[in-house]
Amino acid sequence: MSVYREITHNGLWKQNAILAQLLGLCPLLAVSTSMVNAVSLGLATILVMGLSNFAVSLLRGFIPYEIRIPIFILIIAALVTVVDLLFNAYLHDLYLVLGIFIPLIVTNCIVLARVEAFAAKHSAGLATLDGMVMGIGFVWVIGLLGAIREFVGQGTLFSGIEMIIPGATAWQILPADYPGFLLAILPPGAFFVLGLMVAGRNWLDHRANQRAKARLLAQRANTPSSPAATA
Amino acid sequence: MSETEQPLAPLPEPMPGSAVRISLRTAMILLVFTLVFTTLMAEVYQITQPVLQATALDAKRRLITEVLPADAYDNDLLEDGIELPPLPELGLAEPSRLYRARKDGLPAAMVFEAAALDGYSGEIRLILAVQADGRLAAIRVTQHKETPGLGDYIDPKKDRNKEEPWIKQFDNRDFTSTPPEKWRVKKDGGAFDQRAGATISARAVTKATGRALAWALDRQDRLYRLPAGARHEEKSP
Repeated sequence: MSVYREITHNGLWKQNAILAQLLGLCPLLAVSTSMVNAVSLGLATILVMGLSNFAVSLLRGFIPYEIRIPIFILIIAALVTVVDLLFNAYLHDLYLVLGIFIPLIVTNCIVLARVEAFAAKHSAGLATLDGMVMGIGFVWVIGLLGAIREFVGQGTLFSGIEMIIPGATAWQILPADYPGFLLAILPPGAFFVLGLMVAGRNWLDHRANQRAKARLLAQRANTPSSPAATA
Repeated sequence: MSETEQPLAPLPEPMPGSAVRISLRTAMILLVFTLVFTTLMAEVYQITQPVLQATALDAKRRLITEVLPADAYDNDLLEDGIELPPLPELGLAEPSRLYRARKDGLPAAMVFEAAALDGYSGEIRLILAVQADGRLAAIRVTQHKETPGLGDYIDPKKDRNKEEPWIKQFDNRDFTSTPPEKWRVKKDGGAFDQRAGATISARAVTKATGRALAWALDRQDRLYRLPAGARHEEKSP
């Protein structure tokens, strides 16, 4: 497997920041009340993770091991501030939705974890890829979590989309008189849904392992007979 | 991936008596990083500042247009403001500004902020426009933390009833058509609808609005007379 494929596979599935490592739960739970909020914050996170991995990887020759954590945090905080200012200035409507969550990206331990575990040891190109793929792994999980919570909680999808695409409207799936299921929208709902998603991932992995094992056994059973067949 | 692995720069091997030098070197490196990244942030701030100020002003104008149509006045509203002290009647613990709209030099409306402190979760910030004839032009919720999908219908952007948003029922109300004692939600015997399952948010907004309207009407002559930029003081009773 090539390096790039391995990084991508790790970020999206095998070492998925949320499903496998259970990192970054604070923003995950706070923002996943609706799909649009979740995906928007996720996109900002991809940007910050790509940038911070790139910056740390470039500067890694100048960072003494003993004080790496303060310097990493300094770099991440500075980049988040820059992203925050740029969003505020040039994507103002989106900023109004995400406003308070963007500074929180600093505290998202996924960012620091990737900088420490990957960017500090690899070249800039690979580090940027890793940051962005880990970010994408974060987005699809938080997006799915947001979609489930929004659907169960208020029977819609894409509510709030008009703040990003003016004129678009939310997609009412359940009848408009659906009373809503408050628990899904409140924080405990996030824990329940996340727990189910982690269980689902474990189940899929378990099934894949079982199948691989079965295939291996079948191959072994076949091999002794094959020379005889050719002879 | 091992061919690309290249660990962080190691510190030089400690030599006897060089602890001070190592500490100084480490501190210098940290200082340099701090300076470089502070400069980066300062530069981006400088570049984005004019855009930010313009959008903030624009957002304020847009918000004011939502509660008070632009053809209701002809003065530069944002220039004709007065300072308000922290006022418990408005639910505000910090000073705020009140803007006066005038048409042909005559008082037309006042635009100011208020807050409801008894929402379901935290403060609900409002902006109100009170016309000189005693009518409430409109109100809007500017900030709130009510439950998404439940209590957040007080913000028309989140209100699922787009044709008849909840907040619209405050438009053009005054104390003649709706006497002060009716200034509550229907569930409490008042004149304003609430949505099932989230009465607390509606009740808080309704009460805060009635209180703020009464405050503004009680002293509106004085508020219109103050020169722009002056500070309004409440007279002690």
